[in-house]
Amino acid sequence: MSHSPLAFVNARLVDPGALTEARGGVLVSDGVIAGVGEAIRADVLPESVRVIDCRGDVVAPGLIDLSVFVGEPGAEHRETIATATAAAAAGGVTTVVANPATNPPIDDPAVVDFLLRRARDTGRVRVLPAAALTKGLAGKEIAEIGLLQAAGAVAFTDGSRSVMSAQVFRRALTYARDFDALVMHATEDRELVGEGVMNEGEFASRLGLAGIPREAETIMLDRDLRLVELTRARYHAALITTTLSLERLQEARDRGLSVTAATSINHVTLNESDIGDYRTFLKLAPPLRHEQERAALVEAIASGLIDAVVSDHNPQDVETKRLPFAEAEYGAVGLETMLSAGLRLVHSGDLSLPKLLRAMSTRPAEILRLPQGRLTRGAPADLIRFDPDEPFVLDPATLRSRCKNTPFDAARLLGRVKYTLVAGEIVHEET
Amino acid sequence: MSPRDIVTLLDLAEEAIEVSRQIEKKRTTLRGRTQINLFFEASTRTQSSFELAGKRLGADVMNMSVATSSVKKGETLIDTAITLNAMRPDIIVVRHAQAGAVHLLARKVDCAVVNAGDGAHEHPTQALLDALTIRRNKGRIEGLTVAICGDIMHSRVARSNILLLLALGARVRVAGPSTLIPSGIERLGVEVFHDLRKALDGVDIVMMLRLQRERMNGAFVPSTKEYFRFHGLDEEKLALAKPDALVMHPGPMNRGVEIDSIVADGAQSLIREQVEMGVAVRMAVLEALAQHLPNG
Repeated sequence: MSHSPLAFVNARLVDPGALTEARGGVLVSDGVIAGVGEAIRADVLPESVRVIDCRGDVVAPGLIDLSVFVGEPGAEHRETIATATAAAAAGGVTTVVANPATNPPIDDPAVVDFLLRRARDTGRVRVLPAAALTKGLAGKEIAEIGLLQAAGAVAFTDGSRSVMSAQVFRRALTYARDFDALVMHATEDRELVGEGVMNEGEFASRLGLAGIPREAETIMLDRDLRLVELTRARYHAALITTTLSLERLQEARDRGLSVTAATSINHVTLNESDIGDYRTFLKLAPPLRHEQERAALVEAIASGLIDAVVSDHNPQDVETKRLPFAEAEYGAVGLETMLSAGLRLVHSGDLSLPKLLRAMSTRPAEILRLPQGRLTRGAPADLIRFDPDEPFVLDPATLRSRCKNTPFDAARLLGRVKYTLVAGEIVHEET
Repeated sequence: MSPRDIVTLLDLAEEAIEVSRQIEKKRTTLRGRTQINLFFEASTRTQSSFELAGKRLGADVMNMSVATSSVKKGETLIDTAITLNAMRPDIIVVRHAQAGAVHLLARKVDCAVVNAGDGAHEHPTQALLDALTIRRNKGRIEGLTVAICGDIMHSRVARSNILLLLALGARVRVAGPSTLIPSGIERLGVEVFHDLRKALDGVDIVMMLRLQRERMNGAFVPSTKEYFRFHGLDEEKLALAKPDALVMHPGPMNRGVEIDSIVADGAQSLIREQVEMGVAVRMAVLEALAQHLPNG
């Protein structure tokens, strides 16, 4: 592919890699950033360059989402690579890591190959397959980590399922280390979750719903961290949501473990009381927590204790959500709203814009060892332009995702993506 | 065992090879002696070579397999030992699935006991026959680099070979997936590799180990397909070793799992010679014991 060079000028450049902001422009050529800074101005660029005047809008690296359910193979009624990546492009997400909890699961090199070919043919943004850590996501036998990695899997995870057996998990970590493979693990003790459907505490008691204790997450995380210390594997806690987990993570870092962790956009912008009158679009796994927990998670993003924020994009059709709360499916879509929702934290003064983008772009890139996530010369031209102050009301009907189960239904948000570039090619342009 | 004792045994075995290659294979070293082969675990080559070795030295050899013994009826290891001891054998050759079982039995009997393999602990005669095979083909052991590859964790062959080869001055590498490398093994004086290609770089001897069936499908390694790709010895990986490197395997082999047939049957393979050396080494061990038996 060859594209004519393109330049964003008159922009507010945010480089989350360096945590800096500056005025200037970005020149894109051959799919990479060819120049960045004050010198990139309309009046000095040759005529062959397509110049886009950003009028002071932000230009930043595209978002990298470590946890996305793309629907293929097997759940095309909920999402396809085409619809998921259209949603991603509209939301400023330029790389998605596809969750392996599909049907069949991504536990065979042939399925990795299928996904990569489908992404090439129908995807609008970069799709990187994560593969199963255990065969059939059953938590019993190690998957073919070496062959899956050779086929193109970038990480190994059983999706939202935790490997309950410490023995199996230890061996999987040990085995993965030989391939320097990244293990991403959801940390939720299913036995302790039991019948629970929302965060344990006052709200659950008022609503008459069975609670999930915070310890269900933290006990599993603690176990994992000890096994990581034993095996020295590359480990990423896929989605943590409690202050108890933050304490454990801090302790592990203090002991010198190089573990990484993510939380979800939902858990840093919503809390359990948003469930209100049994709103099933806010039924999530792990559950939305108390406001104090939410605030602590935001602080942890600011301090860098939490590395990444994911959309945890999980499309569910209406039939599985229009049910009594306890019977409804878990999950929410998030690709198109994660940036706007995250900007709430910037507007409230809890987080700087570079730090928000660090958690949504730079750190995920580093976890995956990708060259993206930086606004520097030579980096892939995966870029977004947005006005962080542009107000809008979210109309779920306009979402590109096949499913409309958004917790931000009719919410007033600030900041819409106007342009999304992947490898220098415009994949989303606001009309 | 001291290096000197090992060399003495290997020298004795060299003589035994000559005996075994004659038409008249009988010696009288163990005439009148009783040798019991007590195998709690099935074994083809070890049991038959101990039997042949004993018979070639003139002993009366009795094979006791677990299937037909009182062990099936619930007798403990120690009771079995006491019972057999009462029959006054001169030598008992024992194979047992548990580490330390042979040692336990040896303390309860008056005769000589030979360890024919105990759990994942040791298999001394295998290491001796491997050393003999190497010495006959390379002329020495000291200074050679030997890579022992595969399931180190569950292998008695690996442990005995590590001890013996190090004692004789070889450099020893072990290689395998981390799930099959026991922790702390480097403290024995070996170099540990998780990438077979790196482990094979410039080695003189490649010793492949058997991967047990029950460990193949997900518990320790994901599949035989993946194991063969990353840890199986094929021509391409063998090419990373020295051009005159030799390939060994204690048997029985899983072709297409830990070793490719082309390599197993190829010009660099010593696998069949290992079996012949097995009989010779066991004759040497029995002969050495005979010199120390009471009234001997």
